[in-house]
Amino acid sequence: MPVLIIHQRFRAFTTQLGEIFQLLVESLRSLRQQRPSWKDFLHQLHFVGVKSQSVVITTGAATGMVLCAQTFLQFHKVKMDTATGAVVSIGMSSELGPVLAALMLTGRVGAAMTAELGTMKVTEQIDALRTLAAHPVDTLVVPRFLALLASAPLLTAESVVVGIISSWLVGVHLLGIDSAYYLVNMTRYTDPPDVLTGLIKSVVFGAIIAVVSCYKGLTCQGGAEGVGRATTEAVVAASISILITNFFLTLFLSRLFYS
Amino acid sequence: MIEVRDVTKSFGTQQVLRGVSLDIHRGEAVVIIGRSGGGKSILLKHLIGLLQPDSGTIRVDGEDITTMNERSLLRVRRKYGMLFQMAALFDSLTVEENVGFVLRRQGVESDAEIRRRVAEALEMVELPGIGHKMPSELSGGMRKRVGLARAIVYRPEIVLYDEPTTGLDPIAADNIDRLIRRVWETLHVTSIAVTHDMKSARTISNRILMLHEGRIYSEGPSAEILESTDPVIHRFVNGISTPRNLNE
Repeated sequence: MPVLIIHQRFRAFTTQLGEIFQLLVESLRSLRQQRPSWKDFLHQLHFVGVKSQSVVITTGAATGMVLCAQTFLQFHKVKMDTATGAVVSIGMSSELGPVLAALMLTGRVGAAMTAELGTMKVTEQIDALRTLAAHPVDTLVVPRFLALLASAPLLTAESVVVGIISSWLVGVHLLGIDSAYYLVNMTRYTDPPDVLTGLIKSVVFGAIIAVVSCYKGLTCQGGAEGVGRATTEAVVAASISILITNFFLTLFLSRLFYS
Repeated sequence: MIEVRDVTKSFGTQQVLRGVSLDIHRGEAVVIIGRSGGGKSILLKHLIGLLQPDSGTIRVDGEDITTMNERSLLRVRRKYGMLFQMAALFDSLTVEENVGFVLRRQGVESDAEIRRRVAEALEMVELPGIGHKMPSELSGGMRKRVGLARAIVYRPEIVLYDEPTTGLDPIAADNIDRLIRRVWETLHVTSIAVTHDMKSARTISNRILMLHEGRIYSEGPSAEILESTDPVIHRFVNGISTPRNLNE
């Protein structure tokens, strides 16, 4: 019996994975064949990009400050205080910045997208769209997909910059690190590939959030309870996908840039 | 115009359609009647390709829509307009944007032309001047009329109605019936409705098909079906339950 349950769950998981990949392919095909609606794209860009700034800035600032304090406390024991800026900068640019920004976007934007599309699904608005000869992928998925692809790297960059500035404020003005050494070590050890790694990751994470959230919304079933369930599933699935993808991207990009 | 042959559809272990076959000709006003949960709306959604059957064929003007993918179906769906049971208006758009949605999708670029056609459609459903309102500001009857305006604004050949009078008071229901009749007569569309409202069926159809136990049980001119002495049809039309129905 447990074997049967595992088999069924594995089959359901692989089916969903296949359908999510199909949605990604359909979105790319739509982009190639149709001109996306500028109005819808700008509307989504405003929702995803502009309205997520406070969340992303707060996350970046908090992470930069904590990372700086923790790194300083350890490095101070071996008299390496001035290396704190470099660790914060590299950590924020290539790992913490993109991952934490993506997780915050999943919670704020991904959940909202799933809930919106899920509600449209259970109130037959998506069926209505189809009867009006409009493809849901062209009309609903592509503008959201593009908005996340455009916004995610910009929000990540913003988060990283705010994190580094916050760490400088904490390091220099609170912990007493020399400002000149802090900045020189930061710029000396942070390479363009570190920044590029973070930006590439953010684009991939943006695509994951868009496709997973839209898929969960479009396949939502069963009224208000179904919308709630789909939203939870979307946040969990996108968050786990981001964390797993991050590991493989780190390996792949470090080999690409440093081998 | 529409030929349905041996269509079956199951959801899990529940078989809803068990071999439905029917023909609908251009310009007809057809109503499909049957018990709640009997598969009427499912059948209607098959006619426009919103659902795909497990087996059987559905031909629209000779084209089999059961083998088409979603993109190919978009072309066929331009022939259709559909009024949903709860109207299914896009709640983030105003009434004018809802009704004009399809015109913008079809590439009508002139805003003045879109406004003119939207106003014309709203006039036809007797709701002039409400284009600026949001769907949440409308009553159930008004939402259905806006849904009807959205379904006919691009002059489709076939209009589908899914339980058009469900949830409306008798006056509002009669109003919708009159509008459906008017759309059929003035726009010369093929009208296909599913309903269990016998008064509505009498008003908006010239032919009735009865769906019973997953199959077309009977069909014929409206008056003939509504006056039928067949026990199954008679009980349904006159709303007479049997002891077996008490547990339902």
